Amino acid sequence: MTIATQGVPSPRALEKDRESEIAMRLLIIEDDRDAADYLVKAFREVGHVAELATDGEEGLAQALDGQYDVLIVDRMLPKLDGLSVIGTLRSKGNDTPALILSALAQVDDRVKGLRAGGDDYLPKPYSFSELLARIEVLARRRGGREEMVYRVADLELDRLSHQVKRANDEIILQPREFRLLEYLMKHAGQVVTRTMLLENVWDYHFDPQTNVIDVHISRLRSKIDKGFSQQLLHTVRGAGYMIRDGR
Amino acid sequence: MTALGKLFRTTTFKLTLVYLTVFALFAAFLLAYFAWNTRRLVTQQIVATVDAEISGLSYLYQQGGIRRLIFAIDDRGGRPGSSLYLLTTAAGEGVTGNIGSLTTGILDKSGWTETAYRRIDDPDSAAEHRALVRVLQLPGGFRLLVGRDLEERERLHDIIVSAGRWSIAIVVVLGIAGGFFITRRVLKRVDAMTDTTQRIMAGDLSGRLPIAGSNDELDRLADNLNAMLERIEALMHGLKEVTDNIAHDLKTPLTRLRNRVEEALRTAEDESQYRAALEHTIEESDGLIATFNALLMIARAESGQARDGMTTFDAAEIAHGVGELYEPLADEKGLTLRVEAPESAPMYGNRELVSQALANLVDNAIKYAAPAPSFPSLSERAATPVSGGPCGGESGKETDQPPPVNGMQPEIVVKAVAGDGDQILLTVADAGPGIPADDRARAVERFVRLEQSRSQPGSGLGLSLANAVARLHGGELRLEDNQPGLRTVLALPRGTADPSPATPAASREPVSAPRP
Repeated sequence: MTIATQGVPSPRALEKDRESEIAMRLLIIEDDRDAADYLVKAFREVGHVAELATDGEEGLAQALDGQYDVLIVDRMLPKLDGLSVIGTLRSKGNDTPALILSALAQVDDRVKGLRAGGDDYLPKPYSFSELLARIEVLARRRGGREEMVYRVADLELDRLSHQVKRANDEIILQPREFRLLEYLMKHAGQVVTRTMLLENVWDYHFDPQTNVIDVHISRLRSKIDKGFSQQLLHTVRGAGYMIRDGR
Repeated sequence: MTALGKLFRTTTFKLTLVYLTVFALFAAFLLAYFAWNTRRLVTQQIVATVDAEISGLSYLYQQGGIRRLIFAIDDRGGRPGSSLYLLTTAAGEGVTGNIGSLTTGILDKSGWTETAYRRIDDPDSAAEHRALVRVLQLPGGFRLLVGRDLEERERLHDIIVSAGRWSIAIVVVLGIAGGFFITRRVLKRVDAMTDTTQRIMAGDLSGRLPIAGSNDELDRLADNLNAMLERIEALMHGLKEVTDNIAHDLKTPLTRLRNRVEEALRTAEDESQYRAALEHTIEESDGLIATFNALLMIARAESGQARDGMTTFDAAEIAHGVGELYEPLADEKGLTLRVEAPESAPMYGNRELVSQALANLVDNAIKYAAPAPSFPSLSERAATPVSGGPCGGESGKETDQPPPVNGMQPEIVVKAVAGDGDQILLTVADAGPGIPADDRARAVERFVRLEQSRSQPGSGLGLSLANAVARLHGGELRLEDNQPGLRTVLALPRGTADPSPATPAASREPVSAPRP
């Protein structure tokens, strides 16, 4: 699955778009040196600390020793494959969120990966912005609490009564639009990619050839941002979307 | 191995031998039993006869004394086929009788004895006869011997023994000949099959095992193996097609990509030009990845590997979900997308793949059925309300939007309905230009993009993926005339959680696009 690219921003450019984040400690377990070095460098550029392990056993030992926010695990690794690394970690009570990177992109491979204890699954080749967005969601998920009402600036979404208000005026949304907004607001301040939306809001794991998500976002934007001077739903060039208090 | 040696080693021949032995033993046992019983019966008869004679003679002796007895013995012993008689004194001197000579000592034993003897009328006969005799001590010191010749019994025995020999010989000869014949026939067919399989192993996948037409177990085996070969051939064909297509259709964009990078290296002068070239490269490689993923997915669906991910799901929900996903896009293109589906339509299959197949069909319908670009007058265009307009140009396609014709937009209808038998039909009908009947079969093939669609983006794999998904589920993809427009039908069997795979027969049909 790929995201449609509308030009690719450098990690530094992505950084500018994001709200200031706390630096994360990441462990990358990947045997392809070039790919891994690229990731380490790119994560450093956006302000995170990334360490590297080049085989499964080393990765497992490091993951057990260190305190990491997210693990990025390649599925095919020398000595111990990625799924076993995650499985062993989970059996030892370590629940550090893990994202599986894999060349196997089919639905059942994905299911296998998640069943083994992975928290997210990203098929290769991926774009860095997609990986970054997912990592940040994973790291946030860990400490995040499930609020009943999400608020961004004067936009308010009540998850119990399914009410959405902007500046105290109620906005009527279709059920799917509500879920779309809910997901965006849950990850307010974080980049959410099109694939993430398709997976989490629609539960589809394929690549619709046309950018259907963009049209849904347009509709949602016309409902929540139209007529307000302050735009909340932003497009992050080359990455996805973000809801943020833009002051 | 000689031909004969090969024959003897076959299972059929060994089985024949086993049966032959069993039958021969049975026949031998039967005859032996028969012989033994006959012998017993004859002996019993002799004993009864001799007993009767003795009691008759001893009665005569009691009534008429020795004279009467001698007279009676002389009378009876002279008749042809008579019993054997001998009357002696206590000292053993013969008084009368028809026995010439006798094994010595017989007269001293009372009771039953089997003995050799010679008749008095042919004392020189070379052949010694055997007889069963009984000796009786008469009052007055005389001894009376009565017996009967055993020739009859021996002859009967000989007849039975020779009959036994013959029948066993016949059983063996017939059995071996029959076994030989049957084995040779089976061996011939197996040899033919072996030859064919060797040819197939050598690479000629089009070979099929011969079928005798007798519908026996070998025929059924050959039938099944042929079906298997059919499937393997189809898979190999698919694989070959994939590699050919990868070679052809991935190398073209790769070449383009490489050329562009090369050109940028050669001619770009500032950062912005490099940047533009790189952005283009990423775009192109994303397209390549999408194509590659679609190809892999098709190959996977066609090889049946995706069967792992099958569950029971609701086809109506798929129709609604996909319809809902594409509705805004259709609307933006000036089309109305409508979904008609029952409350629920449970079926067994791969939800993800069926969704994707249906999404591809809807995507196609939107791409190709969008109203032909008309050129509305400025006033008309200005009058058209721009719906969902100020969206920051997400897709930048607002300008595609044609004016509604008489307030009615062309429709795309997505339906989930029950079909014939146990089928669910997922149909997508549009009112676009459609596909000419002659082109429909071709449209499903990989990478085929009909002339009028060349200008549209896409890998050209949408319909082939839908087709592969249909075949994976044992169904088919049909392209029909919607008058006007195109109606694509995913006909899928409802299926069950039965582990047996969807009929392989369904996948033998390469492409089915019936003409209306």
